[in-house]
Amino acid sequence: MIDSRNDFASRTRAFLTNNIVTIIFVIFVVAGYLSSPGISVSGLLSEVISRFFRNGLLVLALIIPVMAGLGLNFGIVVGALAAVLAIIPVRYFGIGGMGGLLLCFAIALPIALLFGWLTGKLYNKTRGQEMIAGIIVGFFAEGLFLIFVLFIIGGVIPVAAGHPMIIPRSVDGVAVPGVGIRAAFDMGAHATHPVAMRDPYHVPGLSSAMDFLWRIDFTVALFVVALGVIAFLVIRRVMAKKNKAIKKSTKLVFGLKCGFWGLIALLALHGMLMPDGMIFWFPGAGFGFQAPASPIAGTGMIPVVTGLVILVFSLLTTYFTKTKLGQDCRSVGQSQHIANASGINVDRTRIIATMISTVLGAWGMIIFLQNMGTVSTYTAHRQIGMFSVAALLVGGATAAKAGVKNAVLGLLLFHAMFVVSPGVGRLIFGNELVAEATRNFMTYGVIGLSLGLHVWKTRKAAERELSLDAFDPPPPTNGNGGASNGEGGDSSIKEMLNAPSNATADTVE
Amino acid sequence: MEETAKSGTDIKGLIKSLPPAPFIIGGFWVLVLIVAAILNMPWVWLISDSLQRAAIWGMLVLAMVPSIQSGTGPNFALPVGLCGGMLAMVTAIQLGFTGMGLLVMAAGMAAILGIIMGYLYGVLMNAVKGSEMAIATYTGFSITAVFFIIWLAVPFDNPFLGWFIGEGLRNTIALGPMAANQVLDNFLMFEVIGLTIRTGTILVFAVFCTLVWLFFRSKTGIAISAVGANPMFARAAGLNVDRSRIIANIISTSLAAVGVVVYAQSFGFLQLYDFPMWMAFPAVAAVLVGGATAQRAKVIHVVIGVILFQGLLTTVPPVFTEILAGADMTDAARMVIQNAIILYALTKIRGGGK
Repeated sequence: MIDSRNDFASRTRAFLTNNIVTIIFVIFVVAGYLSSPGISVSGLLSEVISRFFRNGLLVLALIIPVMAGLGLNFGIVVGALAAVLAIIPVRYFGIGGMGGLLLCFAIALPIALLFGWLTGKLYNKTRGQEMIAGIIVGFFAEGLFLIFVLFIIGGVIPVAAGHPMIIPRSVDGVAVPGVGIRAAFDMGAHATHPVAMRDPYHVPGLSSAMDFLWRIDFTVALFVVALGVIAFLVIRRVMAKKNKAIKKSTKLVFGLKCGFWGLIALLALHGMLMPDGMIFWFPGAGFGFQAPASPIAGTGMIPVVTGLVILVFSLLTTYFTKTKLGQDCRSVGQSQHIANASGINVDRTRIIATMISTVLGAWGMIIFLQNMGTVSTYTAHRQIGMFSVAALLVGGATAAKAGVKNAVLGLLLFHAMFVVSPGVGRLIFGNELVAEATRNFMTYGVIGLSLGLHVWKTRKAAERELSLDAFDPPPPTNGNGGASNGEGGDSSIKEMLNAPSNATADTVE
Repeated sequence: MEETAKSGTDIKGLIKSLPPAPFIIGGFWVLVLIVAAILNMPWVWLISDSLQRAAIWGMLVLAMVPSIQSGTGPNFALPVGLCGGMLAMVTAIQLGFTGMGLLVMAAGMAAILGIIMGYLYGVLMNAVKGSEMAIATYTGFSITAVFFIIWLAVPFDNPFLGWFIGEGLRNTIALGPMAANQVLDNFLMFEVIGLTIRTGTILVFAVFCTLVWLFFRSKTGIAISAVGANPMFARAAGLNVDRSRIIANIISTSLAAVGVVVYAQSFGFLQLYDFPMWMAFPAVAAVLVGGATAQRAKVIHVVIGVILFQGLLTTVPPVFTEILAGADMTDAARMVIQNAIILYALTKIRGGGK
C-alpha cells in the first residue's frame, strides 16, 4: 500500500524536520569555517575541544530532567550559584590544589541539594510551565545571591580587613573590613603557572587544578579514544552473538562504524608520528613520496582527568536509565497520570530529578570556573543555563528526549559556532562586530526554534490522534486522561478537548 | 449551624478571592514612604517621581492585558513590539521630523509595524499553544539580537543617529536636538503641593486605558476574553480561537510599539541595542502586582499595578541607601521582588499544583 518512493520522500522529510536545528548549525559552522581564512583546522579544534571539556558536565546535567518530563532545566543556574557559593569560602581561606577543588565539590553538594529540592518543589507547583518557571527562578535566585555576596558577606558575616576578595574600605587611610565580594576574583595561580614558579612560597590555587593534573596531546587522546571505540564495537558484537538480548547491528553498519573509527585512529597516528609531514625516499628503488603535514597536530593538550570525569558522568547518566529510579523518571516523563496510577510517587521522582540536575550543574560550574581561572562574582552564572540548553538542543535533543549523544554532538557544534561566527558576520554583513550579535541570535534562536518546533509537532501528533479517535466509538471509561496536569502542549490540548465530555458526564450524573 | 458554616466559608472565600499582591506590595510601599517621612526625606518628590515612572511604563504594562485575556499568557515577548517602536522612531528621526510631529509620526509607524509583527507573533503563539511563555521569552531575546544586527547595519545618515566615526547607530540617541524630549510631559504640566503632574503623558496613558477598556466591551473584545477563559467552549460557540488570539497579540504588540515612543520622549533618550531585552519582566510583574493572574487581567489591574510597582522601585533605592549608609541594594531587591511575583503567579495557573 505504501509507495516506496513516497516512503523515502516522507522519511527524508521527517529526517530533515526532526534534525533541522542540527542541520542549520552544521551549515553555519561549515560556511563560517570556509569564510574564515584565519582559522586552521587545528585552531578550530583547539578552541572547540577546550570549550568541550569546560562545559561538558553542565550540559550532561540537563539530561535527567528531560527524561522526567520537566523539559529543559533552565533552573540549572541555581546549581551554578551553589558552585560560586562553595568556591567563595575555599578561595577566601586560600585552600588550593586538587584538595581545595575537592572541598569545593563537597561544599557545593549540600547547597545544591537544598537548592535543587526547593526548585523541584517549585516545578511541582508550576506543572506544565516548568521551563518559564526555571528561567524566572534563575533570576530570582540571582537577586538573593547578590544580596548575599554584596551585603551579608562583610555586613553580617565578619571578614578580615584588606582581604583581596572583599571590596576594600578604609577609614582615615587605615584598612577596615569591607562589605561585599569584588566583581571578580581569581581562582589562584596553578603550581605550574609562571607566576607561581617564580614564587618559592606559592600556595597552589584552584585555577586549572583539575585540568593540569594530567594532560596528554590531542592526537594521542584521539588515538586512544578511537581504539577504545573500536574495541567497544567488537566486544559488543561478540557479546551479541552469545546474548540475544543485545541488539545486533547489520554487518554493513558494523563495518562502516569500524572503518570510520579506524580512519580516525590513522589520522591521529599520523598526527602523533609526523606532525610536520615527512619525506620518504627509498634510494634502492629510486622512488619516494612526501607525507603531508598533519592538519590536527598542534591542537593542544587534553585534560585527561576532566575528560574522565565527563566520561564517568556520561556513563552514569546512561546507566541511570536502567535503574528503578531512572525507569520511574521515564514513566513520569511519558505520562504523570499513568505513572501515578501505577504507584510511582510522581512529585518525589520529579524533585529527585531536579536535585540530581542541580548537583551536576553545580559540579559542572566548578569545573567550568577552574578552567576559566577567574570568577565574575555577579555574572558568571548568568549565561550558564542558556548556553547549556542551547548546546543540548543543537545536538538534536528536544524538550522531551535527550541523551549523552546529543550532549556530545551539541557541545562540539555549538562551540564551533562560537569560534566561526566572526567569519559569518563578515560574510553576510561585511562587519565582524556583528559576531557578538550573531552568537546571541543563534543561541536564543536555537532555543526558541527547537522549543517551538517541539510543541508544534506534539500538537500536530495529538490532533492526528484525535482525528483518528473521532472514527472510533469513544472508549467506555473516558478516564479523564487530560486530568494529568499538562506536560507541554500535548495533554493540555487533550484536557481542553476532554472538557466538554467531562462536563456532559457531570450533567448526566 | 449550617448557616454559620456557610458564612464562615463566605468570608474565607472573600479573603481568598482578593488578590494578595496589591495589598502586600502596596503595604510595603506605604511602609517605605513612612520611613522616608521619618528620615525627613523629600517624600513628595518621591511620589511625584513614582507617578512619572508609572505613566511612562503604563502602556508597556497595558500591553499585557490583551495577551493575558486571550489565553496566551503575559506577553513575555514584549521586545517584539519594543523593537518595532524603536525602528519607527529611528526612521522618523531619519526622515527629519521634530517635536510633536516626530512623536505622532513615530507612533503611527510604530502602530503599523506593531500590527505586522504582532500578526506574525500571534501566528507563532498559535503554533505553540501550551508552552507560550517560555517560547515567548526566547522570541523576545531572539528579536533583540536580530535588531542588534539591524542597528549596526541600517544605512541611516542623520548625524544625531550615527556615531561620529564608524558604522551603525548610537547606543543612546538624545531626543533633545529633535525637540522631542518631554513633549508630552510638558503638555499642561502643573504642580500641586510640590507634586509635579505631567499631564500629557498621563493623559495619553489614560486614553489608551480607556480604549482598551472599551475594546474589551466590544464584540471582538468579549470574544477574546471568552477564548482565553475556555478555548473549547469558545470554539463550540462558534468563535474562531486562533483568530481571536492573533488579534489580541496584534493589539498587545502595537501597544508596546507605541508605548516605547512615549517611554523615550519622557526619558529624553531613545536607547537601542540591549535595551528591550529585560523590559518584559518588570511589565509582567507590574500587571501581576495590580491583581491580575497569568490568565485574567483587567485595565484596573494595570493602573494599580504600575503605580504600586514603579512606585516601589522608585522609592526603595533612595530610602535603603539612606538606611544602609550608601550600600546600593536596588538591583538585587528589584530582582527578588519582581521575580517572586512572577513565580507566585506561575504557581496559580490553572492545571498547576495538584
